[in-house]
Order: sequence, then structure tokens, then C-alpha cells
Amino acid sequence: MAKMTKEEVIEVAHLARLAITDEEAEHFADQLEAITNAMELLNELDTENVEPTTHVLQMVNVLREDKSIPGLDRELMLKNVKEHEGGQVKVPTILE
Amino acid sequence: MSLVEKTAAQLQEMIHTKEMTIAELTQKAFDRIEALEPKVDAFLALNKERATQQAGEMDKVPFADRGPLFGLPIGVKDNIVTEGLETTASSRILEGFNPIYNATVVEKLKEAGMVTVGKLNMDEFAMGSSNENSYYKKTKNPWNLETVPGGSSGGSAAAVAAGEVPFTLGSDTGGSIRQPAAFCGVVGMKPTYGRVSRFGLIAYASSLDQIGPITRTVKDNALLLNAISGHDDKDSTSANVEVPDFTAALTGDITGLRIGVPKEYFGEGVGEAAKQAVLDALKVLEERGAICEEISLPHSKYALATYYLLASSEASSNLSRFDGIRYGYRTEKAGNLLEFYMNTRSEGFGDEVKRRIMLGTYALSSGYYDAYYKKAQKVRTLIKKDFDDAFEKYDVIIGPTTPTPAFKIGEIIDDPLTMYANDILTIPVNLAGVPAISVPCGFDNGLPLGLQIIGKYFDEETVYRVADVFEQATDFHKKTPQTWEGAAQ
Repeated sequence: MAKMTKEEVIEVAHLARLAITDEEAEHFADQLEAITNAMELLNELDTENVEPTTHVLQMVNVLREDKSIPGLDRELMLKNVKEHEGGQVKVPTILE
Repeated sequence: MSLVEKTAAQLQEMIHTKEMTIAELTQKAFDRIEALEPKVDAFLALNKERATQQAGEMDKVPFADRGPLFGLPIGVKDNIVTEGLETTASSRILEGFNPIYNATVVEKLKEAGMVTVGKLNMDEFAMGSSNENSYYKKTKNPWNLETVPGGSSGGSAAAVAAGEVPFTLGSDTGGSIRQPAAFCGVVGMKPTYGRVSRFGLIAYASSLDQIGPITRTVKDNALLLNAISGHDDKDSTSANVEVPDFTAALTGDITGLRIGVPKEYFGEGVGEAAKQAVLDALKVLEERGAICEEISLPHSKYALATYYLLASSEASSNLSRFDGIRYGYRTEKAGNLLEFYMNTRSEGFGDEVKRRIMLGTYALSSGYYDAYYKKAQKVRTLIKKDFDDAFEKYDVIIGPTTPTPAFKIGEIIDDPLTMYANDILTIPVNLAGVPAISVPCGFDNGLPLGLQIIGKYFDEETVYRVADVFEQATDFHKKTPQTWEGAAQ
């Protein structure tokens, strides 16, 4: 049985860009440990010669003619942007 | 019979005989919603102004130009984008989000002349089996207001069960249409993966998600699937296959139909009432000429683990788009860009969503990818093969939709693994990609139970035929919950 530590949860949360307190990390560690342990049921199965399924239907590349089509109106696209100026999206400082 | 119990055909007859206009029907739907919402809490945003205006204009359209769903009210699950109508997927991170285009299914509803009355509550980003994971409200089961409506399309199922609207759309990734349909005593169809365009469906797990109809009767369900099916250039995973008239499949004849009954669906954890209701249903179908045989889907017990690994992995990738930059919730507390991302996401997502993002991130991270993600993809192949093998001999597979009827609000919300176990009988279907319906088949202590009928790829027709025969032979779908009493008709 795999053990999920608080430190691992903090690491995973960071990769997923989630801020997390120590207390939350401990709580999630217990839950995620129980969940991943339940997942280990799959190890009972020998899948050495089994192909993975990424998609249930036969998929083919979908291509279209390479010609431009009009995009959405800029004003419309900025409708849900909290802060914008001169048609551009404002974000916090990236370089200090 | 009150208005809310009527089928599409009956409502059309009233409109055609001028007993009622579309404007009046729309008004009655909103009256009913306003009367019941304090109890049921199924709706998030209402579209009253636009719907009322649209209905008035529709009354002017000549009868000859109207289809079978023209002018009828519908509610849409809140993870399906609706232009100009707030769409949140029940998440704080999308609070106030006002889409600038319609999902393909919403365009198709417009083409069919349906009137969208509002958006329906759900578990946040469709992650959950009880609707308790909504940031905004907890929808109640109209059969017993202390119990959950199921999830994640709980609002969609509860709204139909309460008679607020005759039609809704839901989405089903691991049972999210069928489980709430079973809990609320209504008809819910998860079509074959690829049957319905996912363009404009806010993605949870893209290889599993599928939009489908929830209604009170099988025929109305088939009518609505007619309207929303078909290939879409905007969804490269939508299948380029012919769309039949699903209502034409309702012939009433199931003579010689071969039904496989998987023994794994009657195993540990499945309640006696659910088992007995299905066995009784099988007798009804046998009396009408079907042949039932016990079968085995040997990898069923691995489906839950496979699903949570794959769905969470896909979710961790899909939900990385929510960063607070172009739309949605933005944190107020950030000194730099990294803090901005992390605080926005932590404040914007609920616990279950965080749990699945972290599980998925873990399963995809270097060192664990082969052991978890790839392993689950391989087991998915085995689960799919179980169905392929069974469908060589059988036309449909039948079992319970859920192991138990609806549970109490708050009862298992703090125990994720027990919550996940609700979906053990619906998840294999999504992993295989085949279609399945839930229809009402009994009651346990006054709470509805669902019969799950699973079909071959793109053979929704046979699924509907069997469901219709069962519905015609029984009267479970005619029962109504007590919340109806005294409410506006």
C-alpha cells in the first residue's frame, strides 16, 4: 500500500497550481491515500499484452481546407475579461 | 391530468387546437418553476425575459412549419454554454460568466423551436453524484426533500421529476444522466459516445463526456435525441454516422430479443430492492417475448478505479484552462503571476474538484504515469472487450442503474470512496462508450429505482424499443412526487 505524505500532496498541488495550507494538505493526504490504494486493485490484472484505449471509436485526423474564416469580434471576446485596456488583457506583474 | 404531466404530443395537440398558446405554456412553466423552486432548488439562472419574447414570436409561425418539439420548454444543464445566459458549471470560478456563443446542442434546440427557460444546477464541473458539490445551492429530490437528487445532472433530473419542465439536457461522464434519472424516477439517456456534439460542453473528461436528454417518457426522450444528434464540424470526436428517427424504433415488438443479465450487477453492495425491481422488470420483458440469460462482464469490478484514474487525469488537464486571466473568478490577493494562478484556482474550485485535479496530476506525473494512467487505459480495453463479447450474443444488457435509491443529504459527502461507489453500475458503460438508458422500475421506501438498459454502439433504437415496451407495460412513470401537491399546475 502506497503512503501519501503531506509533502507529496503539497508538491502535486503546486504542479496543479493550487494553493494549499498545511492543514488542507494533511486532510487531502489521507483521502488521496485511501483513493490511490483503492486504485491499486488494478494491479491484480496482467495487462502486459493489452493495448491501451485512449478512445472508444476509430478516430481519424479531421482536416479542413486551409482557408481563413472570420474569428469572433474583439469587443465580444473581451466581454468576460475582468480587466482590459486598449483591446488587451491586463495581468499582474510577471517580471519584478 | 395537469399540464405538467403531458407529453410532447399532448402539448402540441393543445397548441394546435388553440386550447393554449406557446406564450401561455411558457408562462405556465415559469409559474410552476417559481412555485416549486423554494423546495426543489433545481435552477440556477432563469431566461424569463428572452423566453417570453421568443414564445410570443413563435406563436406567429404557421403550424405547417412546426416540428414535434416546437414551442416546448426545456432546461439546460449549467455546463452547456448558452449565449447571453450565465453559465457556471456550478463553480465559483465561472461566477458571472456570460458565454458569447451557443453550444451546438443549444443551436439545435433553437432549430427545433424549443424555448430554453433556464440553467440547471449540478455538481461542480460534473464531479459528483449528489449535487452537493455545487457552489451555489443543493438541489433536493422531489420525492423526498431530505434526499439528494443524484448527480451530477441532479438539477436536470429534479426539474423534470417536479414537473417544472418536461424536457432537460444533462451530461453523463460516469453515470451523471442515468443515476439522477434513477433517483428522481424519470427517463435519462446517455447516447453512444460521439452521437451528440460536445462543442460548448464545458469539458470534464473528454473521452467519456456525452450530452443526453432527460424526460418523463421514453418517446419524448427519443424525440429530444432526434433533435440534438448528429455530426458536427466543431467537434472532431463527433461521429459521422446517420441519425435515424429514434421514435420510429418504438414498435412495441421485442419478440425474440436477447437480453444479457450480468451477474456482476447483482453483487456485493447492490441492495435487495434494486435487485428485485430488476428481476421483476425482466419478467415483464420475458412475458413480451424477450429471452433473458445470465452473462458475465468479468472486469466490472475494475471499472471504478479505472474511471477515477482516467477521468481525473483528463480533468486535471481540461481544468488547467481556468486561470482567472480571460474570464471567470479572479483572486484579489496576488503579488505575482504564480500567486495569482494559485490563489485564483484555490479560491475558485471546491474540494471535490481539487481532489480530482490532484489525483489526476499525480496519476500523470513522472514516475507514476505507467503505474496509474497507462495501466487504467489498458484495463479500459479489457472492460470494453467485455461489452464487445457480450454484444456478439445479446441485443441489450440489463441491470439496475444504481445499487440503492437516493440517500440523505449530507450522509456521505465527507467520504469520497463511498460516494464514488454510487456509480459502479453506470461507469463501465462510459468506459466502453456504448449507449444506456435509465427508466423508472420501482420504489424502495417511496424513493424511485431505475432499470438500466445498455445497447450496442449507435444502437439507441433497440435501447429505446425495450424501454418503451417496459414503460407501456408498467405505470411507474405515471407516479408523481408529493411536492406536486398544491403547486401551480
